Amino acid sequence: MNLLFTEEQKMVQAMVRDFAEKEIAPFVPRMEDGEFPREVLKKMGELGLMGIPIPAKYKGSELDFISYIITIHEISKVSATVGVILSVHTSVGTNPILYFGTEEQKEKYIPKLATGEYIGAFCLTESSAGSDAASLKTRAVKSGNQYILNGSKIFITNGGEADVYIVFASTNPELGKNGITAFIVEKDTPGFIIGKNEKKMGLHGSKTIEIILENVVLSEDARLGQEGEGYKIAMANLEAGRIGIAAQALGISEGAFSLAAKYAQERHQFGKPIIKNQGISFKLADMATNIEAAKLLTYRAASMKSEGKPCGKESSFAKLFSSRTAVEVTNEALQIFGGYGYTKEYPIERYFRDAKITEIYEGTSEIQKLVISKHL
Amino acid sequence: MKFTLSEEHEMIRKMVRDFAKNEVEPTAAIRDEEERFDREIFNKMAELGLTGIPWPEEYGGIGSDYLAYAIAVEELSRVCASTGVTLSAHTSLACWPIFKFGTEEQKQKYLRPMAEGKKIGAYGLTEPGSGSDAGGMKTTAKDMGDHYVLNGSKIFITNGGVADIYVVFALTDPESKHKGTTAFIIESDYEGFSVGKKEKKLGIRSSPTTEIIFQDCRVPKENVLGNVGEGFKIAMMTLDGGRNGIAAQAVGIAQGALDHAVEYAKNRVQFGKPIIANQGISFKLADMATSVEAARLLTYQAAWLESAGLPYGKASAMAKLFAGDTAMKVTTEAVQVFGGYGYTKEYPVERFMRDAKITQIYEGTQEIQRLVISRML
Repeated sequence: MNLLFTEEQKMVQAMVRDFAEKEIAPFVPRMEDGEFPREVLKKMGELGLMGIPIPAKYKGSELDFISYIITIHEISKVSATVGVILSVHTSVGTNPILYFGTEEQKEKYIPKLATGEYIGAFCLTESSAGSDAASLKTRAVKSGNQYILNGSKIFITNGGEADVYIVFASTNPELGKNGITAFIVEKDTPGFIIGKNEKKMGLHGSKTIEIILENVVLSEDARLGQEGEGYKIAMANLEAGRIGIAAQALGISEGAFSLAAKYAQERHQFGKPIIKNQGISFKLADMATNIEAAKLLTYRAASMKSEGKPCGKESSFAKLFSSRTAVEVTNEALQIFGGYGYTKEYPIERYFRDAKITEIYEGTSEIQKLVISKHL
Repeated sequence: MKFTLSEEHEMIRKMVRDFAKNEVEPTAAIRDEEERFDREIFNKMAELGLTGIPWPEEYGGIGSDYLAYAIAVEELSRVCASTGVTLSAHTSLACWPIFKFGTEEQKQKYLRPMAEGKKIGAYGLTEPGSGSDAGGMKTTAKDMGDHYVLNGSKIFITNGGVADIYVVFALTDPESKHKGTTAFIIESDYEGFSVGKKEKKLGIRSSPTTEIIFQDCRVPKENVLGNVGEGFKIAMMTLDGGRNGIAAQAVGIAQGALDHAVEYAKNRVQFGKPIIANQGISFKLADMATSVEAARLLTYQAAWLESAGLPYGKASAMAKLFAGDTAMKVTTEAVQVFGGYGYTKEYPVERFMRDAKITQIYEGTQEIQRLVISRML
């Protein structure tokens, strides 16, 4: 056991922290107004942050998984929106091509994704296939050496902004999840229609889009992996995705906590800073303790992932605990700000709104409990 | 960064787990019922080297570290929290301050036989009027030239009556309170030292908790631990490490209760299926397992920091706070999973629930932990 970051990991942390404060924080108001942070992502691409765990031969930064988690964590302290854009882009937008793509597919897409020239997205969820992903209805019918895709997807993060989409469709509905196949679809493919952008409680500036597939014709070259391998591909990166969201939730918690701790020291009532009341200071102590636990669970899962060990249970522990902590901590942080916390004058209500999604996406908390209970 | 335990740590875990299962668990319920401390168990721990895990071999220890010690307390507490606290008080509260502040002579004379398990250690700080407010103590130590004379009494002393060596705190300068406190090493056969009433308790009943009394107790000068006036600092620093031990005890209690609850939920059939097939039960168990894992990581972090020579005060307060609350919550839920049976002495979970409560109180109450943490924010 050695719980200290390596020198390289510390450098990544310092670099990302600095970038988040200087480049992301000023952009937050524009994201709150709904603007996608394309300018920020471009700069992140220049710094190598859009392809952290990707091998250098595909123009990635070739850093370890822990460095990737550090990046999501640090960015989400400032902006959960940029945190999730990066997480989706890397974990489920790029990695499936890296793990399951042909050499041709890798060379075609990964260097552009890893440098931020392209943004990636992942299209699995449908209106009636959420936690029960295997029940998806989008069809891919083989016709000669082509596939014709029809159906619709919802809640697609980075939708409309992304250039490359990993799309899941059934090539053989009778086989259930074993009939699902993955495809790489480029944005400008005819019949690939960008639908409505969801209005959301939080994560403003990130796009959550409906995608409609209307007779989308793809060549066999666009198929990712083999026919029927789609469900495996969708689930393969589940652990990384969950650890990523655990890190996002951790960043949200820490961001809200430091604002609340600072406010509690500065805000005077009854002639003293409010932190002098145990009603406030003990609340902060509990928040800090839960954040520490969330951090350990997240980095423990990340370190196992980094070592290539199975970490299904551990990533669910991290996701479940860290997201719950984010919701609790942001709620308590807002409480410390009192009436001011409820206004847009302070950023705390944004953290509060952003936190909630972490209990829902990449497997709801209930799904995490299902996973954990199967390991008992 | 690497969370994986070393082979040495895994070996110690396995050894303690086997020992706990074979030598401690079989009598845990009856010792609880009879409020009986079993010196034989302590002696067997000594044979395995468990009584001196973090100390160098030159002081009778096995030269391992605080993480290995935490793992040992956890594994013992998984079957018997009383045995866990016996080792924790012995190691963290009696051996530690002597290792840290003792002279070479004191280490050879007191730490060595304790580490070897020939003697049992205890710690005397709390008084009737001085609990969380340790600075409010009344026990005095009067300087008589070549010796001190102690008068007063201490309460809630873990290992009281069975210990041979006590690290106690008394006022050498009653005027200056904190700065007038001095630590002493007391042998149980000193004249004027006696063991008072033994508490009847809710839990950890096979760990004796007694009053100790000083009535013109003559203590040689060479038994001053650290410097005169340094006692309060020694007492507080000792508790920082003690918190790691209690956090480990709490993790063990929680894990033990969780194990029993999972096994029961898989075997107990109602409405034609095991009760774990209901999400009302399985999700409860998933939440319990998540909390236990978080508590364990906080505990190992604090122990690892101490082993690595890094600051661990905040980490150990967080570990103790979180693990103590987890133990209470998880044991209560474990009793719930067992239903009516859980409320009876036929199953061990009610003992775990009773034992869990003390982890929220001793070595600094949860409220004191929050105070410690909030001061470091």
